[in-house]
Amino acid sequence: MDIKELREIAAKSREKQAKIRIRCCSAAGCLSSEGEAVKKNLTTAIAEAGLGDKVEVCGVGCMKFCGRGPLVAVDDRNQLYEFVTPGQVGDIVKKLQEPDGIPETGLISGDPHHPFYALQRNIVLENSGQIDPESIDEYIALGGYEQLYKAIYEMTPEKVITEMNKSGLRGRGGGGYPTGLKWATVAKMPGQQKYVICNADEGDPGAFMDRSVLESDPHRILEGMAIAAYAVGANHGYIYVRAEYPLAIQRLQKAIQQAKRYGLMGTQIFDSPIDFKVEIRVGAGAFVCGEETALIASVEGKRGTPRPRPPYPAQSGLWASPTLINNVETYANVVPIIREGGDWYGAIGTEKSKGTKVFALTGKVENAGLIEVPMGTTVRQVVQEMGGGVPDGGQVKAVQTGGPSGGCIPADKLDTPIEYDTLLALGTMMGSGGMIVMDETTNMVDVAQFYMDFCKSESCGKCIPCRAGTVQLYDLLTRFLEGEATQEDLIKLENLCHMVKETSLCGLGMSAPNPVISTLRYFRHEYEELLKA
Amino acid sequence: MTVATDRQTTPPSAAHPSGDKRFKVLDATMKRNQFNQDALIEILHKAQEIFGYLEEDVLLYVARGLKLPLSRVFGVATFYHLFSLKPSGKHTCVVCLGTACYVKGAGNLLKTLDQEIHLQPGETTEDGQMSLVTARCIGACGIAPAVVYDGKVLGKQTDDAVLTAIQPWLGNTEV
Repeated sequence: MDIKELREIAAKSREKQAKIRIRCCSAAGCLSSEGEAVKKNLTTAIAEAGLGDKVEVCGVGCMKFCGRGPLVAVDDRNQLYEFVTPGQVGDIVKKLQEPDGIPETGLISGDPHHPFYALQRNIVLENSGQIDPESIDEYIALGGYEQLYKAIYEMTPEKVITEMNKSGLRGRGGGGYPTGLKWATVAKMPGQQKYVICNADEGDPGAFMDRSVLESDPHRILEGMAIAAYAVGANHGYIYVRAEYPLAIQRLQKAIQQAKRYGLMGTQIFDSPIDFKVEIRVGAGAFVCGEETALIASVEGKRGTPRPRPPYPAQSGLWASPTLINNVETYANVVPIIREGGDWYGAIGTEKSKGTKVFALTGKVENAGLIEVPMGTTVRQVVQEMGGGVPDGGQVKAVQTGGPSGGCIPADKLDTPIEYDTLLALGTMMGSGGMIVMDETTNMVDVAQFYMDFCKSESCGKCIPCRAGTVQLYDLLTRFLEGEATQEDLIKLENLCHMVKETSLCGLGMSAPNPVISTLRYFRHEYEELLKA
Repeated sequence: MTVATDRQTTPPSAAHPSGDKRFKVLDATMKRNQFNQDALIEILHKAQEIFGYLEEDVLLYVARGLKLPLSRVFGVATFYHLFSLKPSGKHTCVVCLGTACYVKGAGNLLKTLDQEIHLQPGETTEDGQMSLVTARCIGACGIAPAVVYDGKVLGKQTDDAVLTAIQPWLGNTEV
């Protein structure tokens, strides 16, 4: 494969797409509400109506408005249908033949200009919902693998890292460590054998961004990883995916095969001396494996327990070799940064948080789904304008971000802009990007107990503060909920939170008390109301 | 050089003494992974798929195949939530307990199941027809609360919907 061949494939693929495209969402959310049957029936109906040469039915990645699926879009007239049932495909085809002829059908038209879409800025998700994730040709048609070529032939590894540094991209897994700095550290390490790992172990309950990216645009991740491997001097990569995401695993496997067949993965990529081999490692259900040292242990086939850092994986990671670990969304940002340049990316967002962030907006909110917004957008804009607020006129009580490691943003702080540091100041964190809206009916002590139950059962048990502390915290919270707690218990609860936070070995334990600390900070009265008289 | 002859001893037993053919499939999986010790998790996934759960015999077999101490294999099998050392029911009902599902009532679904068919998470009905399990977020938060019935995800579940969906699995054990 050389660049000429790549562009030929792109041109051919674009030519094939000249027809009217009907896009059916084929991501997990829509597939679980009869999306598959909708697509199948549509294909049959189009063929039966003799429109096969003009209209193409295409299964695409996530179309974002998950709460209103299955979604179907007809491209030439910018038409979007929501809640499509398999029985309604006849109406869609009729509408296609006579747009104005049939006034009343049961079809529910979506508004493509709805704030939910209008306020988004899609960089990570630019291909999501546009292309068939199982077709490498469609990815190439949109310029796919051009940036890998550009990196290998027109840039030195140092230049790639310089662009990443300029972009100001920070790790999207939640910690927010500068990506360029991480890459530079691995690149500087001596040694022949280095690895890159993609952390796709999205364990936060209430988050599905990584899943959507993997299911919608797997080649984007592969290309990003290959560029990273070139920059740091690695020739071997692993994608560590949760076993709970079978569709993502299947699409990644397919993508790897396709890329290999085209000579875009494996040995001598683009006929250059660069090799890059990728393997998938399937997790087996352990939240702690999102922590990088635990994840490395799991890739090595061991119990996923973390170890103290330093040494950091950048110095000594997988099989004691220098290892670059980044989250799915971080890798998804690489291609646009190389394409448009680091300065372009750095101009989006705010001073200390550059670019965009993908959030999974769910919970008690009218418009649930996947959103990508520039950093600096306020929580209120996301929840009220894009999300449409709480259904049936309810009031937002709090917005939970960052999963069990995060905390709550109370209703009176909704005007906070979304940035790594502003969220930290509120006692929560960006996390991987789950955003769960809670209304007045939510009991915050109950939510804190829910998270503690999670952390208690997910603690790997290696260090005592986390293993025993989370159990004690859980039991204390149960006393509150059962009306047995005393003032003394409240003091004990607070002290224990800080103890677990300060003395645990890894991120799981250090952040496990966060849901309690943050609810105590903003909803202390709810705890006090539960105290025994 | 005698390296080649040393290598030939890799599969310790051509077949399991029980004559159970499923062990042959397991053998093939280990072979495909070149008896690499770091493929342990992959092999356990496959073993669970073949046998339904990881009985002691299977763990021993894998340990010998990969030349790993049994303690290591057992340690890995018990560490990860998806591995089960107990047989599970013929059908599985997974209630997602992600935060989105929880705030939208997944907890109540579990309460209903407990009240109506006396089954708690991790338990299997006496006739072995159905196991009830919980998951830590299956990533279908947009359609919360979600329940997975034998691998099929259904969203926006209510008490009635769950009870209707599992009805065919319960046979005549419930009056």
